[in-house]
Amino acid sequence: MGRAGLRVVTGAILLFIYFPLVLVIVYAFNRNIVASWPIPGLTLQWWARAIANPGVRDALLTSIVAGIGATVVALLLGSLAALAVDRFRFFGREAISFVVILPIALPGIVTGIAINSAVGAFGIGFGLATVIVGHATFCVVLVYNNVLARFRRSSRSIEEASADLGADTWQTFRHVTFPVVRSALLAGALLAFALSFDEIIVTTFTRGDVKTLPIWIFENYRLANQAPIVNVVAVIAITLSVIPVYLASRLTSDAAGVTR
Amino acid sequence: MSARTAILRDSFLRRLAVALYRRPGAALALLLALPLAWLLVAYLGSLAILFANALFRIDPFTARVIPEPGLQNFERLISNDVYRTITLRTLGIATAVTVTTAVLAFPVAYFMARVASNRTRGLMVVAVLMPLWASYLVKVYAWRIILAQDGILNWALAPLGIRGPGFGDVATWLVFSYLWLPYMILPIYAGLQRIPQSLLEASSDLGARPGSTFRRVILPLVLPAVVAGSIFTFSLTMGDYIAPQLVSSTQFIGNVIFANVGSSGDLPFAAAFATVPVLVMVVYLLVARRLGAFEAL
Repeated sequence: MGRAGLRVVTGAILLFIYFPLVLVIVYAFNRNIVASWPIPGLTLQWWARAIANPGVRDALLTSIVAGIGATVVALLLGSLAALAVDRFRFFGREAISFVVILPIALPGIVTGIAINSAVGAFGIGFGLATVIVGHATFCVVLVYNNVLARFRRSSRSIEEASADLGADTWQTFRHVTFPVVRSALLAGALLAFALSFDEIIVTTFTRGDVKTLPIWIFENYRLANQAPIVNVVAVIAITLSVIPVYLASRLTSDAAGVTR
Repeated sequence: MSARTAILRDSFLRRLAVALYRRPGAALALLLALPLAWLLVAYLGSLAILFANALFRIDPFTARVIPEPGLQNFERLISNDVYRTITLRTLGIATAVTVTTAVLAFPVAYFMARVASNRTRGLMVVAVLMPLWASYLVKVYAWRIILAQDGILNWALAPLGIRGPGFGDVATWLVFSYLWLPYMILPIYAGLQRIPQSLLEASSDLGARPGSTFRRVILPLVLPAVVAGSIFTFSLTMGDYIAPQLVSSTQFIGNVIFANVGSSGDLPFAAAFATVPVLVMVVYLLVARRLGAFEAL
């Protein structure tokens, strides 16, 4: 394959990747209520309807709260674990990375029913709290990986220098260690939020009657009269999960580390 | 806060810091307590409970789980044709998706790693990364619209006198290949980037044509990266149940598991069926590690 051929094939595959996303955006402005092609014209009325729809508003709010909750927990657990693995040598250290990655490596349905049956066994009610617990479990790895990678790239000698210059542990942490990992923490947090915002499988098993945005889409995509609003919600969902990832990829130099 | 309490607080924190410095074990315990309590006890604990369930059975009258270990769920899985067909379909489509994504990913990754300018490369990495994160459900839903009876695919194919695949196993294969393609592009791109240019020059200096350089130098070196990507494409396909539900009427392992969780279901049987993808993945990961895929992740 020559260079020109390679260019054409690459372009075609990128087109293939973006075409469905663009199509959903076009359908969100479709004047026709049915998602058939070609579309007769464009309108903004579905956006007004979607914004006025209390179900959509509640689901969006729930998704944002769940995403923030899961992110906070993941930040705490992920950075603690990364600090421990980077600074100490201990029995089972290698296993930590494995345990952290497991919730995302196993099929979502396995993590989902595991948490479901455990929560059920202890008689805790399902709701927003259990959704946050479920999401946080698979979001930890994003913070952990980002922070650990940053620790490994940064030199310990600046912390030693800080101590030599008379700073105590807390001052060193506040003025040296934390600034080093700050952007890695932020990148991890943005990715955790994006992943949580997008999640449907673990949510299904932990939600009780709570509705996140993906759950709302899933419940409404078959309903003929809701179809145009679903397209609008889909565009909102794409936007709110892609923007954090874009920001995160700008914060970390190694974009490949942003893969799930 | 008065100056006195500030001094007291400072001296307490300072003494705490010194104490932790002297006893690294205590510092480590403080750091690890929360993450381990969450992941080891809560998460691995619930996984253990789940898979213990696989050995139990359900009382047909009370619908309660009877905790007497036995292999009846696994016998049912093996002896029943329906479950065998579903397992084979799931594994078959997961394999097909893996091969398809590898073939599609290669030219894109090669272009990014070896042809594109630095600027284009940076843009392309972001361009591949973004759709990977764009709402999973929305992407499946988009394909539902594309493949629908009066959708854009049939409209585009109509002048040629042919029709799209409609909903079914082909649609499932197509949608999964679409969904996981970026997961394959990124590791292959990273793998190709690691091959030193001098190696390719050496190959051509020694008289190899581009074709044989590709086959005998590039492919073997990039294989671990392909295997690394395949971990995602294979396991994500195998564990999914939403996409088959949206674009097909046939069942995946996940659909059976899903149907059996809940008040009217059979959790022990669901747990037993869930061991299949988990075991397949464990074997897959062991083989992948031997092929050096973990270094290419």
